[in-house]
Amino acid sequence: MRSSSVKLDSVSKRFNRRTIFEKVSASVNAPGSLAITGRNGSGKSTLVKILAGVLSATEGKVSLTVDGHEIPRELLYQQVGFVSPYLMLYDEFSAAENIRLLESMRSGRRAADTEIDSLLDMVGLAHRRNDRIGTFSSGMKQRAKYAVALIHRPAMLILDEPTSNLDAEGIAIVRGVAERQSTSGILIVATNDSEEAGWCSQQIPLGIG
Amino acid sequence: MSVRAQIGAVVVKDVRSEVRNRYAINALVMFVVTAVATILFALRSEQPGPATLAGMYWVVIFFSAMSGLARIFVSEEERGTALTLQLTTSPGILFAGKLAVNTGLTLLLTLSVSALYIVTFPGFVIRSPDIFALTVLLGSIGFSASATILAAIIAKANSRGTLYPVLSFPILIPLLMTVMNATEKALEGAAFIEAVGDMQVLVGYCLIMIAGSFLLFDYVWND
Ligand SMILES: Nc1ncnc2c1ncn2[C@@H]1O[C@H](COP(=O)(O)OP(=O)(O)OP(=O)(O)O)[C@@H](O)[C@H]1O
Ligand SMILES: [Mg+2]
Repeated sequence: MRSSSVKLDSVSKRFNRRTIFEKVSASVNAPGSLAITGRNGSGKSTLVKILAGVLSATEGKVSLTVDGHEIPRELLYQQVGFVSPYLMLYDEFSAAENIRLLESMRSGRRAADTEIDSLLDMVGLAHRRNDRIGTFSSGMKQRAKYAVALIHRPAMLILDEPTSNLDAEGIAIVRGVAERQSTSGILIVATNDSEEAGWCSQQIPLGIG
Repeated sequence: MSVRAQIGAVVVKDVRSEVRNRYAINALVMFVVTAVATILFALRSEQPGPATLAGMYWVVIFFSAMSGLARIFVSEEERGTALTLQLTTSPGILFAGKLAVNTGLTLLLTLSVSALYIVTFPGFVIRSPDIFALTVLLGSIGFSASATILAAIIAKANSRGTLYPVLSFPILIPLLMTVMNATEKALEGAAFIEAVGDMQVLVGYCLIMIAGSFLLFDYVWND
């Protein structure tokens, strides 16, 4: 197991002049987990995007350290897995193609068929591996995103609204993913569902005060 | 970490996506066909000279390239896959990959427009193939470097493709003037030595555009 930790050091975010959140601090050491909670519009998605390095913080510092090295922002993509309803896969590619293409863009390596198949099997999409994502239902798309987010065994897995569109079986699969990640690496969950927040050992509520 | 394999993967992804969706190719073909047909109707039986032909050649390439190449970022932004790319690759790798794809598309475009011009206009005879080939190659690289960075800016600025030709014109003026000049020389059958100055300008333009875009892209791409 790799040692890793993520740290938020009085992070604030403003869009134009509107302050979304101010001076948020938290830290998680692997193995560990953190839930980010708060009502609609409190900035949960904004904060996880900052953690993933796709948005910058207005103030404060975010750092992910893996094996003693702080990961520069432009390389965060190699260490982060991200699942959310607003993340899109390529409709014109099949589930297996999406995983393979995105993984080869991410690491330059060609993922083995067995790797792809076992992930698709895990999310219950093995029988649809060669169908275009565009033909998938929204729950099936959400499942496929888990396969894409896990293929590179990320040090930090970020789940924004982890169970949106999922059925009971899908929710159970995600709970298993969350459990494995929080006992082997870093898990971040952004949600306003108290049950999902309960998967994590720490919680930070946004939009209070 | 094999950067070259990652850039290659961006190219493979885009080419395969283009084969299935034809975001850029359709726009390109439509533009080229409409433009050339319009020129033919307007000219009727007149035979334009090399200067006019060179101008007409690059006008068609300019507008079709600008309308087609913008798609490469705008489509990612429209479909919401821009975030997926941000989470999958670094700005540098993405820029290199998109630049390679755009250069390939532009070369394909210039080749098709050249073929079309050779068949349609009796005056369009390439008398200096060396000048012509180098002009087309450097011109395509210059066009795609500017097109790639402009497309990224526009995709992020949320203003879609319409702004594109307008914004790109001032940046592309030096390139357009030089390629037209050099193409005219190629049609007139000038010796290569006469076009060396143009080629130097083109090489300089490409280097500046690529380096500048590469640096700028980081800022454009991440918020
Ligand atoms: N790109 C943007 N430009 C301006 N404001 C933005 C932008 N993105 C988000 N916001 C604002 O930031 C605030 C927080 O948005 P965010 O999506 O992070 O909320 P959230 O907590 O994830 O909400 P939800 O529970 O609905 O998912 C909102 O007021 C939103 O309007
Ligand atoms: Mg949200």
